[in-house]
Amino acid sequence: MMRNRFGVPVFRRSGTTFWLGGSVCSFLLLMAMLGPLILNADPSRQDLYHVLLPPSFAHPCGTDAFGRDIFVRLVYGLRLTLGEITVSLIVAAGIGIPVGLFSAMAPRWLDNAIMTVSDVLFAFPGLILALLIVSFLGPGLFHALLAIAAFSVPVYVRLARTMLVRIHHATWMEALTVLGVGRTRIMVRHVFPNVVTSLLVQLTLSSGEVVLAAASLSFLGLGAQPPLPEWGTMMSDGRNALGAAFWPCLFPGLAIAMTVIGLNCLGDGIRDRLDGRNKK
Amino acid sequence: MMPLLRRALAMPLMMLGISFVVFLAIHALPGDPARLLSGPQVPENVVQGLRHRLGLDLPFSAQYMHFLRRALQGDFGVSLRDGTPVSALIVQRLPYSLTLGGLAYLVALSFGIPGGIIAAVCAGKWPDTALMAVTLVGASLAGFWVALIGMEVFAVRLHWLPLMGAGSWKHYVLPVFVLALMPSALILRMTRTGMREILRQDYIRTAYAKGLPSWKILTVHALPNALAPVVTVVALNLGGLVSSAVVTETVFDWPGVARLLVDSVRYRDYPVIQGITLLAVLGVLVATLVADTVNLLLDPQHRTS
Repeated sequence: MMRNRFGVPVFRRSGTTFWLGGSVCSFLLLMAMLGPLILNADPSRQDLYHVLLPPSFAHPCGTDAFGRDIFVRLVYGLRLTLGEITVSLIVAAGIGIPVGLFSAMAPRWLDNAIMTVSDVLFAFPGLILALLIVSFLGPGLFHALLAIAAFSVPVYVRLARTMLVRIHHATWMEALTVLGVGRTRIMVRHVFPNVVTSLLVQLTLSSGEVVLAAASLSFLGLGAQPPLPEWGTMMSDGRNALGAAFWPCLFPGLAIAMTVIGLNCLGDGIRDRLDGRNKK
Repeated sequence: MMPLLRRALAMPLMMLGISFVVFLAIHALPGDPARLLSGPQVPENVVQGLRHRLGLDLPFSAQYMHFLRRALQGDFGVSLRDGTPVSALIVQRLPYSLTLGGLAYLVALSFGIPGGIIAAVCAGKWPDTALMAVTLVGASLAGFWVALIGMEVFAVRLHWLPLMGAGSWKHYVLPVFVLALMPSALILRMTRTGMREILRQDYIRTAYAKGLPSWKILTVHALPNALAPVVTVVALNLGGLVSSAVVTETVFDWPGVARLLVDSVRYRDYPVIQGITLLAVLGVLVATLVADTVNLLLDPQHRTS
């Protein structure tokens, strides 16, 4: 713990991670919205006279084995990535949170039953459950996203249930009720901020996991299929050119790394900022 | 001891639930598995024979009981690809995966624990910041990308290491490094958090006041108490390790179980998928139980609760 010259503990309010993550994420969002408009190029336009060109002014990230501009594909792939995050998190949180809330309010035996099912799903290693689901749904981006959502559902069930139980039994809740504070005021001023922080942190951190898992499945050929400019698929293509050209592999990986680092920083940053007690 | 016993008793129940999920997932397949297996040209009476042989003409509950009874005996049926028993396939490949995973954890522990101690001791100074940045990046990279770049640099360009496959010790370097990335980062972070918590305590100050050398305070007095969360995180991360092994073994063409799983998913070789999935989940459950036991041994305070 840091202390000032009078020996009083000082909490360093370093928001570096928050600002770093926030600016990376906003940059990516902006890029996804405006990039395709500015570039005005077709990500799947092939140019077989200019295959595997190294990075240059005309092609900042080089071209791939079909002569497609990798930078353009990365920018379009960013939209795909944001879509992946949105779809799988909406499915995961959309199922998990209501189930968790219901479980917390349900009779004891039903609560136990729901949590046992959730634990059973949680015991599966993420990608193994995803492979199991993809093996019977068949490969494809949407199926891969459903599979990813499936292994994230238990996280949200547990999160929602714990939050509701914790708030219900919290001393401050009792105090507010005894003080005669209105239900609406309790909900808006006290319950909502409590819930939103944990949820926001969890959603941001899971976004990073979704990006990695979706890219992994696509890389294995079980998620997005070519010619979609999905980053994992691009790396899977680039793998065949390895030895002759490294850039078709290098840049999609850098894009993934940047996105996931940004999301993880933002998640950690939100947690540190909004929850002063939980400082690490 | 009671909670642990309850957990141990709950495990067969969990496995039952998991086996049901796996069984259901495979049998919820649209269409007739027997027809799917034999292809469209095969005459109906042959398909009928196959259906009977696989027990697919039995009612669902009977099929599940049959599956359970055989699974308990270690029999997961035969691979649809070449007719080899699934258990034989797994046993043949398991040593490769276990050595890879074991070495990865060894590397992760030998980097993560000293790193975590250094970060905790230098909390807020540059070594701490640098180590935290390294773990953040390490945990955010896609394993297969690190693998591909490693292959390009060390195998294709420098010729220091073999490109893929298994054989000499050189074949282990890249896959172990890739697999160790995530656990190293987690172990380092958990060690740091635990050590910072412990180093604030009164008994540590007393130890310093007694004039004990600081290496002794850190390793003998503080570290064992800071290790409980590390043990938990190592066990919980086993699922993550299995997940990244799936991709890593595929990239490096490693003859392990995870590689077999990916191949089986491509061929829709359901008995193999079933067997490997059950094995992986069992592994994760056992690891969690072992971690809880170790934690009990490490921290007597938990024993009563």
